[in-house]
This record gives sequence, structure tokens and C-alpha cells, in this order.
Amino acid sequence: MNEFASIGELARGLRRGDYSSVELVRHYLARIQNNASLNTFISVTEDEALIAAAKADQTLQRGKAGPLTGIPLAHKDIFCTQGIATTCGSRILENWIAPYDATVVARLASAGAVLLGKTNMDEFAMGSSNENSYFGAVLNPWDNSRVPGGSSGGSAAAVAAGLIPIATGTDTGGSIRQPAAFCGVSGIKPTYGRVSRYGMAAFASSLDQAGVIGHDAQDLAVVLSLMSGLDPRDSTSSDHVDSWLESVAESGLQPIDEGLSIGLPGEYFKDLGEGATLLEAAAKELESAGCRLTEISLPHTDAAIPAYYIIAGAEASTNLSRYDGVHFGYRCENPKSLQDLYQRSRSEGFGTEVKRRILTGTYALSVGYFDAYYLKAQKLRRLIQQDFLAAFEQVDLIIAPTTPGVAFHTGDLTGDPVAMYQQDIFTIPASLAGLPALSLPCGFSNGLPIGMQLIGAHFSERQLLETSALYQQRTDWHQHHPEVA
Amino acid sequence: MQWEAVIGLEVHVQLSTKSKIFSGASPAFGGAPNTQACPVDLGLPGVLPVLNAEAVRMAVMFGLAIGAEIHPYSVFDRKNYFYPDLPKGYQISQFAHPIVGPGTIDVQMENGETITVGITRAHLEEDAGKSLHTSYPGMTGIDLNRTGTPLLEVVTDPDLRSPEQAVAYFKQLHALVRYLKICDGNLAEGSMRCDANVSVRPLGAEELGERSEIKNINSFRFVEKAITFEIERQIDILESGGKVQRDTRLYDSDLNETRSMRTKELSDDYRYFPDPDLLPVHLTPEFIAEVKSSLPELPEARKTRFTTELKLSDYDATWLTGDPEVADYFEAVLATTDDAKLTANWIMGDASAALHRDDLEWIDCPVPATELGRLIVRIKDNTLSSKLAKTVFEALWAGEGTADEIIEARGLRQLSDSGALGDIIEKIILDNPHQVAQYRAGKNKVLGFFVGRVMKATQGKANPGRVNELLLELLGSWGQSKGAE
Repeated sequence: MNEFASIGELARGLRRGDYSSVELVRHYLARIQNNASLNTFISVTEDEALIAAAKADQTLQRGKAGPLTGIPLAHKDIFCTQGIATTCGSRILENWIAPYDATVVARLASAGAVLLGKTNMDEFAMGSSNENSYFGAVLNPWDNSRVPGGSSGGSAAAVAAGLIPIATGTDTGGSIRQPAAFCGVSGIKPTYGRVSRYGMAAFASSLDQAGVIGHDAQDLAVVLSLMSGLDPRDSTSSDHVDSWLESVAESGLQPIDEGLSIGLPGEYFKDLGEGATLLEAAAKELESAGCRLTEISLPHTDAAIPAYYIIAGAEASTNLSRYDGVHFGYRCENPKSLQDLYQRSRSEGFGTEVKRRILTGTYALSVGYFDAYYLKAQKLRRLIQQDFLAAFEQVDLIIAPTTPGVAFHTGDLTGDPVAMYQQDIFTIPASLAGLPALSLPCGFSNGLPIGMQLIGAHFSERQLLETSALYQQRTDWHQHHPEVA
Repeated sequence: MQWEAVIGLEVHVQLSTKSKIFSGASPAFGGAPNTQACPVDLGLPGVLPVLNAEAVRMAVMFGLAIGAEIHPYSVFDRKNYFYPDLPKGYQISQFAHPIVGPGTIDVQMENGETITVGITRAHLEEDAGKSLHTSYPGMTGIDLNRTGTPLLEVVTDPDLRSPEQAVAYFKQLHALVRYLKICDGNLAEGSMRCDANVSVRPLGAEELGERSEIKNINSFRFVEKAITFEIERQIDILESGGKVQRDTRLYDSDLNETRSMRTKELSDDYRYFPDPDLLPVHLTPEFIAEVKSSLPELPEARKTRFTTELKLSDYDATWLTGDPEVADYFEAVLATTDDAKLTANWIMGDASAALHRDDLEWIDCPVPATELGRLIVRIKDNTLSSKLAKTVFEALWAGEGTADEIIEARGLRQLSDSGALGDIIEKIILDNPHQVAQYRAGKNKVLGFFVGRVMKATQGKANPGRVNELLLELLGSWGQSKGAE
């Protein structure tokens, strides 16, 4: 059994009867167990998985299997799963069990995917290294002394290590794309509103978007098609109808055959080092496949990080108010007063980075600072959106690096939050603009993977994924895997 | 010195929607604690609010009814503060962009004067839960059934000048929301809760005095008493050379006093900002026009119709239209009687008294409008005496059948027939020669004696008008004929 097989291959194996879903699930469960030192999972749901796999096998026998029936899957531990702990990587939710399923969880379950467990993450999705998890750091399977990226580091590292063929993630400012790049796998953040946020613990509501991490664009397309779509329980989910997306899980992803115009924003390529060479090679590869390359400018790129940290912090500061020790989650011992209960429950329950963002966000929303910070950040956000709108008048897609460099060493940036925030410089602009973006492996630097980012106009996932399929048809970077147990 | 009170009211009108403002749970009053709170109301991780369209419609109805501007664009904001009965740590309200803009409500005072009260704004928001301090000694219980109940907060300009005006306004608002059927108006269950802003200033002064805010007054009587107390308290402070502190007070109805809850030296910072989970509300002119065309007849219009078309007095019309259920009942009875004045008398008299006696609401009146109508018709056609009509009414109240069945069964049909009555009267005249002599001597008062005897002989069924006529006729002719002998 090839643990790095795509879900397309696995689905064919299941239908041919090469193995049952129960056997497949046992195989991946064993891999998760053998690689527990990577710390990619917060909880593993072996019993539930075997029951679901047995049920999937019956569906397969009846010949009613869909493209995900019986396929092992992991959810980032930010998605609520009924009856299974949902921790958000935080002590404050250490023992909290959701009484309901997130829309994404329910949709993928009804498509027949088998949940094997919940993946590790930076606490409340705040972080770029997965070092901010109450359940410990995740190790990069390419080099265990390095971080896997974050916040969906558990999902990216688990897919990269062949512990799970596909995993969900969430991306607020790069939390799918950056760990996908650091771990050498593919990851997509869809258009804001494409996937329901219902049941996804909120970090920054206007930016949070669920997505997928997998081995190739084909897998991303299949899972995305089965998890996306309008949800009446999420007012910000879009009613955009995309018949291509609805049918791609069945019909398969075709490499794009029209010559797209691809923009390279100058602001993203300065000071890039070896990454620039690899990206230029990737762009040339697409050019030789018929795409046209154009230099473009996204002039407000520098404003993205400050704008993002104000807006995301502001929203997070109130989204996280519900963790107050009163109704659910961690409560301090022997509170002496209501004030004491609030202060100690939150002080003890949240980690440093979460507290830092709550404080900065609270500050940005306070009387006297609101205009100077929050409103100004919103203005910058609009300028960044306009940059992209103008660029998409010129080009169909944008190629950019996903990260400034390869995965850094664990501990290197923990003492310097601003340097840590700079890691998101290339992923944040698309988040602020609500655009779909994905990261694909495009080479290695000193044995560590480098990611190429493709950014498209709103609801242009088809172009993004078909262009990715074209690239992955012509290259094999996505078929390089780390050596793991 | 002469002082003038300046009062503004903020009334929280609980909208009578079937489900809560942002969730599908029932907002019905009186459920066992925490049985009507779904994950959205509990503020669990991952849940999202979805706006109830019916609440929006009701707010627009209210705005149109007071001739207010309906804002085509309104926004829900988060009002951030920590309190145990506020599970999310913020209340969703409308701050910068309320749905209803400035309007006015005309209020008729008992002395006939009409005052116009400016409405600053009305906005939608969710209610909080309830903290139960008495049920658990040493602890606080929290009931989240009320969490998310839709409220329309109606804010007046500081236009009220006396407790009487404040109460009259509150009553007018109460009538209006019940006419619109957007609130059940049940003050005892908290369906309308009033906060009063009270200040005093020297009569004729332009500048406003420092104000205090009295929270959560839930009856007409307490509004009057609390404001009266507060005005006197502030005047006492000013007259003894002190300064009124800006504060928030609670009215204690047992002691009839207001007490300070907290002083507001600095205003609270609620860190309002637009809720990123909810889209702005856009109302089209077509929607607003459609709501407008569906508005029911409002109290003022109905009152005018009662005075002009039905020729009722201003007093009667005001009495009957104050409560839409009374007015509906009145009109239903009138449909049978076609006599507005007599119908009004019965409703304001016996029917109202009986309801009051049995502590019932108009909607629970045990006498169907058609039967009260038949009863009144029987008075008009002389079948019933007014006195016996009361007996029939009580029998109707007790459910003994229709008005006509009761009249027949109890033999209450009025005696108007001059033959039968004449025989009875002749006999009484013959039996009482002494009184006849007195009458003939000019002592007219003795006529009452004869009427009493006739009523007694007929068990009250004699038509009093007819008895009078016959007595005068027979006593007169008797004398003449006897005298001629």
C-alpha cells in the first residue's frame, strides 16, 4: 500500500477491492501511531473510524461509493466534531466536546470520508510555526528540527508524512498555504465565502476560510467540491453557483488547456534568495505550457501585515470573549470573585500569542484608538483589494512565493513576534482581499521544500486548480516525500 | 427656585417572532431554565448568527407607523462586555447605523393636551440571559432561555417633562406595538422594559442638568413612581447645594426609591465594531412599500374613525382604542348591535368590570362578541329591561347559553303588553285607595310607590317606560271617571 497515494488512487483501489476501507484505515492509523513523535494529531478516533470504515465498505459493496467513500481524512482541531474533543490547540478547550458537527465535517462525513482524528494546530489558529499549541509543537517531517509552519501545521505535516492522504485546514492569513509550502504538499484556501464557517471556531471572522491540504491539485478539487457551497447557517457563505465545482469530484480535474496570462508581482520577488530561482523556473514551466508571463505591481503589499494584524486581532479579541470560564471550557480553581474567575480562567487558559493578539485587538477597538487603528486598517484593506482587482484586469492568475524562505528552526522566531508575523507577508494580501489562493511544491532548497503560490480572482478556483494540474502534470515536485517511519 | 424635569425613555420592545433574532430557538416565555437555548444562543465555539427576517420586518413596521425614516442600509455591531448571562462576551446590537431613524409619536394627555415625542432612533438587538441570584444561596444561576430574544430598542429625544408625560408616552407606545402585533405587551413578563434618563434644571434654563439612568422599569405605575422619586431626589440634592452624580440606578418598588448601581465617571467602552459574522441589512424601496401597505389601522386613525363615523365622545374613543383587543371586541359587538353608544357603555361598564373582577384579558372574555351584541339588541327591541340585561349578561358570562336561550329559559322577557300590564296595574290601584287619594291630592312622588308594586308583581319584568305610561294614564282616567260619578 502506497501511503503517499492520492485519494484518486485510493478510491480506485477500494473499488477494485485491492483493500477494504477498514484495511486502509488500519494502515493509516498504524502510521499515525508509528509517527506519534511528529505530534501531528491531538486526538485519534480509532474506534469511530473503524465503525465508519465498515459502513463505507458496505456502501462500496453496494456499488454506491462516491469519490470519498471510505477515504481516510483528518480535520484540523478547529472544526467542531460531535462527541469528539475539539480543542483549537488550547488549554481553554482541553476537555471540551462539541455537541454538533461543523458544516464541513457533516458534508465530508456524508460524502463517506472516514475521520481518523483531529490535527494539531497553533492555538486558535494564531501562529506560523505550530509552536503555539498547548499540545506541543509539531515537527516538520523533512527535518524534525524545523517547524512545519502554521497554523494548520498538524494537517500539513500529517499529509507530508503520509499519515493521512487528505486533511482540512483553515487559513486566516496563510495558515493553509504556509504549512503546505513548508511541508512540500499542496494546499488551497478558497474564496472567502466558498466554504461555510459554521462550526469552525472563529479566529478572525472576516478572514477565516476553510480549505484542504493534500498531495495534488486533483485531491484538493475533489475534497473542495464536497465541502463547499452555500450554508444557510453562515450568513457570509456565498450563493455563488459553480457547476464545474459541483461536478469535478465525479468528472475529475483536467489540466487547463487555454494559455492563461500569469502575473508576477515585483513586490513579491525582491530579497527572495534561492526561492526566486525556483519560482522563476516554475513560471517558465507554465510559460512553456502555453501561459503568458507578465510583470505586474501590487503597490500596497507592504501595508498588508499591519492591516492584517489590526483587523484579525480586533476580531479575535471579541471572538474569544466567549472563553470566559463561565459556560464551558477551562475554569480556574477556586475563583474568589467573578472578576477573578474571568481573569484567571483566561490568563491560565490562553497561551502567550493568543493573549498578545487579544490585547492588541482590544486596544485597536478602544475609544480613542478605533479610528487610528481599526478604521485605518480597513482602508488599507480596501486599497489592497483594489490592487488585486486592477491586476486581474491585466492577468488571469498571479504567481508568487508562498513564504519568504524554507521552514525555519523550532525556537528561532519565538522570541520575536514581529519577525514571526513577517513570515505571512506573501499569504496575507490574498486573505485580506478574500481571494482564492493555493500553494504547490515547486522545488527544494537544501533538501527543504519551497512553495509556489497561485492567486486568482474571486471564485476562480477552477483556473487555479486546473493550472496547478497542468503544472503537476509536467513536474514531479509533489511526488517527493520525506523519509518517515 | 422652580425646577423642570427633562426625561428621555429607552424602551426595549420584545418582538413577538416565532424564533430568536439570530437562531432557530423559541423565544417563548416561561420555559424551564436553559431548555430554549441552542448552540447559537449558548455562544459555543463555531456557531454563527443568522438574522431573522421577521424581526427586520417588525422593526420596519414600527418605523413606518411612527413616520420615521427607514434606513436602507443598517449594520449590526458587537457591543463587548463581560457578564455571566452574556455567553458570547458581546451583545449583537446596532450602533452607528440603526434600522429606524428619527420619527415622532403623538401622545394625548388626560387633560386633552397632545404632546409630540421625538423618537431619536429604534434599533434591533438581541436580549441577554437572566442571572438568578435568589434561587441558589451563595451562587448565581444562569438561565439563557431569553438569550437572543429579539428586541427593538426605541429611544426618545429628551422631550418629556413630567412623570405623567413619561407614562402617557409609554402607554401610547404599548398600544402602538400591540396594534402592530409586533409585541405581546406583557409587561409582567418583561415584554416591554423601560430605562429612564432623568435630569432636572432650573425652569427656563437651556442647558441640561446631569442625568441619571434608571434601569429596567417594567410597569406603567413604576415608571411614574420611579421618575417622580428621582426628580425629587435630584431637586433635593440641588437645593441643598449639591451636585447630581451621573449614575445608573435601579428602582426598588418595595421601598419606592432608586438606588445607585454604579457611577459612570468615565463612560464604559463597549468597543463597538461591525459584526463580521453578519452582512449589512439592505432594504429595498419595494420591500419598504410592501410593509407599508400591510400596516394595520393604527390607534390614532381608529380613534378618529370612532369619533367621526361612530359619533363617540373623545373619552369613549380613547378608552376603546387604547388596547387593540378592546377595540376589536367593541367592533365585533357593534357589528350586531349597530348602536355605538350603547355598545360602548356595555363594554366600558359591565364587560370591563367583569373582566377586572375575574382578572381576565379581553382576549379571554367568556362572552362571545355576537352574544353581547344579541343581548344589546334585546334591550333595544324592549325584550329586556336594562336591569334584567345584567342578569342575562352574568348568565352569558357563566356560559349558560346564548342570550335568547337565557331570556327564554329564565323567563326574563320584558312585559310591555298594555293589556296584561293594564290588568295588573288596575288591580294595584284598586288595592291601594289611600295612595290613590294622595296622588290625586297632587302628591306625585307616590307614583314611585306604584311603579315599585308593579315591578314586584311582575318580578321585575315589566317594561318601566310602559309601566309609567300606563300608570299615568290609568291613575288619571281613574280619578276622572270616578270623580264624575
